[in-house]
Amino acid sequence: MSSAPQTGEGSWTVRLRNRLSRTVPPGQLLPDRQPAYVTSGIYIFGVASLAALVYVIASGLILAVGGAPWWHTSSIGHFVNSTHLWSVELFFMFMVVHLWGKFFMAAWRGRRGLTWVTGAVAFIGSIGTAFTGYLSQSNFDSQWISTQAKDGLNSVAIGSTFNVLNTGQMLLWHVMLLPLLVGVLVVMHIILVRRHGVVPPFDAVPPGPNHAERSFGADDGHGRDEHRLDPAESSGGRP
Amino acid sequence: MSTTVRSHVGDGTPDAHLFDTRPYDLVKEFVAALVVVGVLTVILSAVLSSPDRKALSLAAWADAAPADVVATAAAELAGTSTSATYGPPYNNAAEGQKVGPLPVQKWGGVRIPIDSANDLVIAPLTTISGDAALDGALGTWQGASDAQRGTWAGQYSDALSSAPDGEAAKVASGDYGPVPVLTNKFLALASSGSLEGLLTTGASFYSSDETKPLLLLADGAYLEDQARAEHLGGDQWGMMNETGDYPGQPWMWLYTFWYQVKPFSTSENADSLVWVLMAILTLVFVLLPYIPGLRSLPRYLGVHRLIWRQQTR
Repeated sequence: MSSAPQTGEGSWTVRLRNRLSRTVPPGQLLPDRQPAYVTSGIYIFGVASLAALVYVIASGLILAVGGAPWWHTSSIGHFVNSTHLWSVELFFMFMVVHLWGKFFMAAWRGRRGLTWVTGAVAFIGSIGTAFTGYLSQSNFDSQWISTQAKDGLNSVAIGSTFNVLNTGQMLLWHVMLLPLLVGVLVVMHIILVRRHGVVPPFDAVPPGPNHAERSFGADDGHGRDEHRLDPAESSGGRP
Repeated sequence: MSTTVRSHVGDGTPDAHLFDTRPYDLVKEFVAALVVVGVLTVILSAVLSSPDRKALSLAAWADAAPADVVATAAAELAGTSTSATYGPPYNNAAEGQKVGPLPVQKWGGVRIPIDSANDLVIAPLTTISGDAALDGALGTWQGASDAQRGTWAGQYSDALSSAPDGEAAKVASGDYGPVPVLTNKFLALASSGSLEGLLTTGASFYSSDETKPLLLLADGAYLEDQARAEHLGGDQWGMMNETGDYPGQPWMWLYTFWYQVKPFSTSENADSLVWVLMAILTLVFVLLPYIPGLRSLPRYLGVHRLIWRQQTR
């Protein structure tokens, strides 16, 4: 059995709690306020991508319950497959608009480079996931796409490890490995977005007489609407 | 309690938390997005459905294009089919594609060994019992030297391509050894519907690996003919399309684009060149925030003025 309970710095629980608090300070995970410059419609596409991803996963789970050949023989299965297809199309459409928006904002500024990287890799992972979906359909599209795609993969010596002609392997990549990768990256991406906040416009200057150094907890004229950041919201939340 | 933080980080961008704020209901926004995307998904699914053209079976191939099946079997026996001359990962018949002087495809090694003549044609035929003509043909084939086999099958392939409509019945007489019998029995085996099973069951009762039947199907002309009719050819932006008038994978447009233009469209090493190019472009895309010059591009493009219209004013 464990020895006497530790408290403070020696406690693993306290350490984990402090680490989580530093990553996303309390109040930052689900804030009810955003910087005043967050007004453009472009900001909707990030959350729209997430919403589409929910339907992609939900329809995929239903298809998984029915099994690989189910949607070929059942009208309900075919409809679920259709929702899977169209939620994927919407997911990519929203994600591409979101991506271009972030590019034009240079949203990697202010030490947000990793936010861009996680989003970009999630986008590439999503392409791989969709691609393996096409290989797993077990229809004419699968036959043609796999026999064509093998040449590209074989040409760079990875076709035997990632064998697109092996339907069982591709199905497992599609329903397990790649969704896991995309899921982890999406969670990391959201955490980083919440941790750093929304990137300010180019050359924007925060209001207040002395914004070179701010002391939270004091009445620093932070918001014209009398809002004041909670110290917990700001402490250690940003690098 | 008072906590002091820097207002600017790294590149001089102010901390987002120093700006004026306004109420913003993230959860409400997400729920609204869920509802709108859900409605859109259901409407698109109900109105447009999704494509599901049935997979080609080897029996359907044999019924629709028997001459193609016979020609493909002859090419497999002659060692001239696409899979027989492919190189890694299936065999050592070629080095495969290169990037400049680098034999990248060869580096992968032969890790899915396939002997096209034996694995795709002879082995399935040996499972048939009670056919004296086939037994005799198989005995002759297996007793002959590699050179003799190549000569028989090569001459029969040439004769088939010269025959009217490629029909085996109209082939000019010649010394083809047992090849005509083998290819005709192979056609009958494909027509019977049992060839897929014979190609996929090997070491295990269970099989989920269609490598061999797909290689065989791709060695023929029928699959590509059907795909081109569905605008899926390589020079038809086929990698991003799917059957019918569905959007397919438009996010693969850049990858598919390179196959449409020179030097890729005419290069023997098109696949490896496109893959290397896409790998470089992908790295640039992912590491954009850390590439001097490129990371500053958005400031000068000016689109941000549309996004932050109020702040710009």
